[in-house]
Amino acid sequence: MEAVIIGVGLHPFGRFGGKSAMDMAADAVRAALGDAGVSWPQVQAGFVGSLEVYNPDAVIGRLGLTGVPLRGVFNGCATAGTALAMAARAIETGEHDLTIAIGMDKHPRGAFAADPSVAGLPSWYGQTGLFLTTHFFGMKINRYMHDHGITDQTLAGVAAKNFRNAAGNENAWRRTPLSVADILASPVLNYPLRQFMYCGPDEGAGAVVLCRADQAHKYAGRPVRVRACALRSRRIGAFELQSPSLPVGAHAPSPTVDASREAYEIAGIGPQDVAVAQLQDTDAGSEIIHMAENGLCKDGEQERMIADGETEIGGRLPVNTDGGLIGNGEPIGASGLRQIHELVRQLRGTAGARQVAGEPAVGYAHLYGAPGVSAVTILSI
Amino acid sequence: MTGSRQVPVAEGLFTWPSEDPRLIGARCAECGLAAFPAGPDPFTCQRCGGTGFTQTLLPDRGTLWTFTTQDFRPPSPPYDGADTAETFQPYALGYVELPGEVMVEARLTFRGEPDPARLAIGQPMRLAIVPYSVGADGTEIMTFAFTPVIGEA
Repeated sequence: MEAVIIGVGLHPFGRFGGKSAMDMAADAVRAALGDAGVSWPQVQAGFVGSLEVYNPDAVIGRLGLTGVPLRGVFNGCATAGTALAMAARAIETGEHDLTIAIGMDKHPRGAFAADPSVAGLPSWYGQTGLFLTTHFFGMKINRYMHDHGITDQTLAGVAAKNFRNAAGNENAWRRTPLSVADILASPVLNYPLRQFMYCGPDEGAGAVVLCRADQAHKYAGRPVRVRACALRSRRIGAFELQSPSLPVGAHAPSPTVDASREAYEIAGIGPQDVAVAQLQDTDAGSEIIHMAENGLCKDGEQERMIADGETEIGGRLPVNTDGGLIGNGEPIGASGLRQIHELVRQLRGTAGARQVAGEPAVGYAHLYGAPGVSAVTILSI
Repeated sequence: MTGSRQVPVAEGLFTWPSEDPRLIGARCAECGLAAFPAGPDPFTCQRCGGTGFTQTLLPDRGTLWTFTTQDFRPPSPPYDGADTAETFQPYALGYVELPGEVMVEARLTFRGEPDPARLAIGQPMRLAIVPYSVGADGTEIMTFAFTPVIGEA
């Protein structure tokens, strides 16, 4: 039985003082239930993700102690992909009729800091200043620019687009537009990436309510079909983060490529059918690379596409219409549900000033993060 | 040599002290894949899952596959440089391809200019054992790095 999304809810992303991640998640759940026209006791199962919250399933204390099974899930930046996939799978297998995916986080300011042992790496890797995920993004785009002729101007163009889209999004964090010149004038953090080319960790929550496709008529929200959910981890030979060494020779494709191909195959949908995409833009370089890794263009084509505005809201292939991670920041557990929230609005035709023209029918969401894991979700109306 | 005491950041990473220092890698006994470092202990080959290995000294020369810079002081811990946010000196890092063996992630200069214009993908690099921090008693903490073979001061 196919799963459909009948409700989406989002707590805005940003900084919210003393408000807890769990309170934000409860707000997001209530918004999603309201969107679907569902009450909490109707929810039969849930999957909840967070990095910072030790027991995200305790959100039930804010919603009603119904005894519903809530399972904690975690896959780094791909956490919300897993929460949504499992909520959909629970319906597809016939186990449940109505499920929910929830994500929440509240990160301290600044670069993520952790002991290398959490990633199975030796202490010296952190002591000597090598254990920063941002290094990987700088190194991957540096090589990509060398191989495929991408320029600094294009990196800045992507960041400027995402800030511009965020400025029109009431839920976004970074709502001040920045020009290409502003971005190129910001300090380098990890060559060639500059301060305003990166997303930052922040706070927020999201929730998505799903039900059996044949029961969707009972609920309020216009249903959006879940066509495919795929998650893949890195293979030997892929150029991946947190790797003190890598094999020589031809590189294997990234887990993004593997997850993307699998998702297209499951959905029976090709890259040419995608009308609006949400791609993991940890930094501007990542969005550029992920356009190609998700099959949405050829390597190097991005240089012309960005210059021509093809990924703008009014372009041929709008990418990160709500501002993406650059505009919204990344509360890790919730980030992917923000993507789904935006795609559902776009596919329903209710995205307001950000609405992609031409009644988009297929939406594509992509997540990528440590330790080399990618999740892809394909939705259609 | 400065005359001050020097200790490696970890045992088993590189031969030290040595006139000809090398990184200490592992070669899988079953499929031959090289890896660095030789740990974790117990060893597991990332390609075939084999657990048997032989220690191997890796070549000390290679080519730069890609690089970036670290322009702000990394979160500490885990970083344990003796600097502060004010005295921090940016550094470069990258992957150096040791021909036929393995690509190693390493610092590229020691408190040198992290000027990206002085680095180029494909350029020849050579292993160097350098201090990256200093203990309260003046002991220098040594790690491995690669320096450009051409364009050195």
